[in-house]
Amino acid sequence: MSSTAHAADHHADDHHHETFISKYVFSQDHKMIAKQFLVTGMFMATIGMLMSTLFRIQIAWPGEGFAIVNFFLGDKWAPEGIMDPNMYLALGTIHGTIMVFFLLTAGLSGTFANLLIPYQIGARDMASGFMNMLSYWLFALSSVIMIASLFVETGPASAGWTVYPPLSALPQAMPGSGLGMTLWLVSMTLFIASSMIGGLNYIVTIVNLRTKGMSMTRLPLSIWALLVTAILGLLSFPVLLSACLLLLFDRSFGTSFYLSDIFIAGEALDYNGGSPILFEHLFWFLGHPEVYIILLPALGLTSEIIATNSRKPIFGYKAMIGSILAIAFLSFIVWGHHMFLTGMDPFLGSVFTFTTLLIAIPSAVKVFNYLTTLYKANIQFTPAMMFSLGMVSTFISGGLTGIILADAALDITVHDTYFVVAHFHIVMGFSAVNAMFAGVYHWFPKMYGRMMNQKLGIIHFWATLVSGYGVFFPMHFLGLAGVPRRYYTNSEFPLFDTFIDMNVLMTVFAILAALAQFIFFFNFFYSMKRGPKAPQNPWRSNTLEWTTPVEHIHGNWPGDLPVVHRWPYDYSKPGKAEDFVPQIVPLEDGEVDGEH
Amino acid sequence: MGFLLGFAAFLLAVVLIVQIIRVFELTSKLSGTDQSKISYKDNRTRAYSWLAFMVWYFGLFIWVVIKWGPLILPEAASEHGATIDFLFDLNWAILVIPFIITHVVLVTFILQYYAKPGSKATYITHNNKLEMIWTIVPAVVLTVIIIYGLNTWNEYNGDIDEDAIHIELYAKQFDWTARYAGEDNQLGKANFNFINITNPLGLVTEETIKIRIQELTDQIAELEEELNHVPKDGLKESEKLAAIHHKESQLSKIHAFRRNNELSKNAAKDDKLVKVEFHIPVGRQVSFSMRSQDVIHSAFMPHFRAQMNCVPGMVTRMRFVPTITTAEMRKKTGNPEFDYLLLCNKICGAAHYNMQMNVIVDTPEDYAKWVAEQTTFHAKLMASLGLPETNNQLAQNIQ
Repeated sequence: MSSTAHAADHHADDHHHETFISKYVFSQDHKMIAKQFLVTGMFMATIGMLMSTLFRIQIAWPGEGFAIVNFFLGDKWAPEGIMDPNMYLALGTIHGTIMVFFLLTAGLSGTFANLLIPYQIGARDMASGFMNMLSYWLFALSSVIMIASLFVETGPASAGWTVYPPLSALPQAMPGSGLGMTLWLVSMTLFIASSMIGGLNYIVTIVNLRTKGMSMTRLPLSIWALLVTAILGLLSFPVLLSACLLLLFDRSFGTSFYLSDIFIAGEALDYNGGSPILFEHLFWFLGHPEVYIILLPALGLTSEIIATNSRKPIFGYKAMIGSILAIAFLSFIVWGHHMFLTGMDPFLGSVFTFTTLLIAIPSAVKVFNYLTTLYKANIQFTPAMMFSLGMVSTFISGGLTGIILADAALDITVHDTYFVVAHFHIVMGFSAVNAMFAGVYHWFPKMYGRMMNQKLGIIHFWATLVSGYGVFFPMHFLGLAGVPRRYYTNSEFPLFDTFIDMNVLMTVFAILAALAQFIFFFNFFYSMKRGPKAPQNPWRSNTLEWTTPVEHIHGNWPGDLPVVHRWPYDYSKPGKAEDFVPQIVPLEDGEVDGEH
Repeated sequence: MGFLLGFAAFLLAVVLIVQIIRVFELTSKLSGTDQSKISYKDNRTRAYSWLAFMVWYFGLFIWVVIKWGPLILPEAASEHGATIDFLFDLNWAILVIPFIITHVVLVTFILQYYAKPGSKATYITHNNKLEMIWTIVPAVVLTVIIIYGLNTWNEYNGDIDEDAIHIELYAKQFDWTARYAGEDNQLGKANFNFINITNPLGLVTEETIKIRIQELTDQIAELEEELNHVPKDGLKESEKLAAIHHKESQLSKIHAFRRNNELSKNAAKDDKLVKVEFHIPVGRQVSFSMRSQDVIHSAFMPHFRAQMNCVPGMVTRMRFVPTITTAEMRKKTGNPEFDYLLLCNKICGAAHYNMQMNVIVDTPEDYAKWVAEQTTFHAKLMASLGLPETNNQLAQNIQ
């Protein structure tokens, strides 16, 4: 820790002060912290993915014993390999929590905000290296607590990842609402602290530490997206924090913020005057912006990757910034669409329908801009590009069903059914995961100084895209048949039991999708140690991170900071020798910069 | 058998993946290619793989529609439900167009503009006119969707008819009770402090007030008696004191009902409670009010396109007019076992997956007959106490 006091003005020459601990463990270097976020996120995602395969097995073959289920869950939760209904709900809950927060918030934003912000704006490091380190370690601690909650006697939190009280507040209602839920709340509190410390740092860094010439209109779209994401997080996470704290009070200190008129386990409880709907409002006030906290970085990363590999400027740079801002603004006034059927005033429902459907406009603009970027391009299909194009497809497929769900009248029929599960897995989960893989394949040379194997990347891509759609595309029809989500089995309903073959199909694809990720893990860890050495600018990209040396050094650039002369999208500019012009190349006489 | 098969398949798949990885690793080592460059051949293969993907994806779409399309919900069995179904069809008709167009454009551009030897990209940054068009077109289409959508939403949330039938759906872990308003067509008051074995919904009548007062008074006396035998200043003592305090506060709330609800306190007497299955008549508005005893549940009747959460501490409402009787629907679906369902659609605990009730839509005559056969709450209560229905001994016992 002592060697870190002067982090902000580190230079290349003082890296010999480092010890193992300060370099790999309590590092304050943005590049190392990015890698820590990535590996932790991947570890958590593996657990989340394993959980999903286990509960998919239960849905496809209810009542049948599986050795593998027993192997992972033990005799208590899966006697003879048949999953306990409480464990089914617990797996769904923790799967959702891990994927939404630990993978797609911390894993995605944490990795790429840390890696790209200082690199792409031309800064030596984050504004506060110490806060950055703190952000990672709070995240790591919250991950440990979340994992620990899996091993408590009464099981982990099981009330769904949205943890609506009273179910989550009363241990009498389900065993998972005992110690497991307390640990969930503690873990999430630390997670929120981590996100906010990180977010504050990202904003300050982008606003204050841009290098000479890096005006806001010369920022890569990835940085724009990460900036707006950080602002969203800073405005919405505190609300979730207060929701969690109030829930903790209700559970532990007998307050009645969310509880009233409850008779459970043969007893009328003392709670009086609270409302579970209050929790829903607080939760979704974060919960909806959270969707865009996940999606905006995904859209930012893919914008960079698509432009670079199309060898063409991103189409409508200013419109892209405009739509990021529009989406961010609208994301704060749409949370009620998760609550159309809570007994909310129908007029309020109409307002939320209206605002929610408006989001389709900036989203459509983004899609059209991606497509037009490909027009008259010179496309290089790197694995990163394949995943980015995959994201365009999933963003379209999932976005369109959002128009159905945004409509309060249609939501009546499909609310809380598998239609919703299909929708958000495609538009948010699948899109963001595609973008995250794209980001890893694209910036791996920057992170580890080596190249990943392209062929394995392409196989990984197709296996993931096809099996992902194989799981979630048929799933819409379950929802249209009225099958509710979070059902341990559909066999109690003759009406829904007709879908058993679809459930088997989806489970097979889910297992394939999970196995496909091992190709990635192999490629990732193998290339990290033994991949071919990376050239300085492998994708012939314009942005500043590719002007730094391949070997990581403190302060990123050996000499002075680079000076920026142009926007980041001068690909295939007429009259240039190469098909890319890095941002550090001065403008020629009479040359116009940027979108014109 | 099942798990052996599954496990064998899992092992096989793992082995397969490991082998594939090894082969590719070895070949790429042998060829020693630069991983930052793509050969023209590879780039072309990757471009055409998108064509294969699009064929597969659209094929999957069509196959799924043919295979599982017929299994989605049958035609709506309620008046507003028909409007919702129309809105669904309208939305699908609109949405399938951009779905297909964007994917076709995506793959067309991929096939046309993949990098070839000597090919170059054209420097295009933006086009204001084009961007204006594709902002305005979605905006116009969305306006249509919003207007139709909000009209349908308002229809669903319309007024309660004067002759509507009032039914309460009462949710608890993990079953439903339907309560009919009885002859006065008025649902009597209910409160969770009144819940006991004889009164699972906590209905408020003269008798239940008296039963609960006596029950609580007895329990308090018992607790006070026990208090004399536990050691002072111990944990046990504070527990007992807390329990007494809790019972006393319940008692005072019940007394408040006795004072404040003279007019309505007997409206619950003729209410009728049914479980497992409830009946509604075709062609007449049914107005549901929902309560929950413990956690949030959701009353979902997919065939009627109706859903509303049941929230503890709150009464929520929904209403619809059934248009197809169960008998007619059985004919239409060709399934003699068909039944309309009420199911729980908000995670509520371990047996959430099996919290259901059948709904029978009758002709008005059958419905009238069925309702007449049901016993009133009051009659059931008196029977469970072993008293004749008209007895007012209860009132004399407790003063």
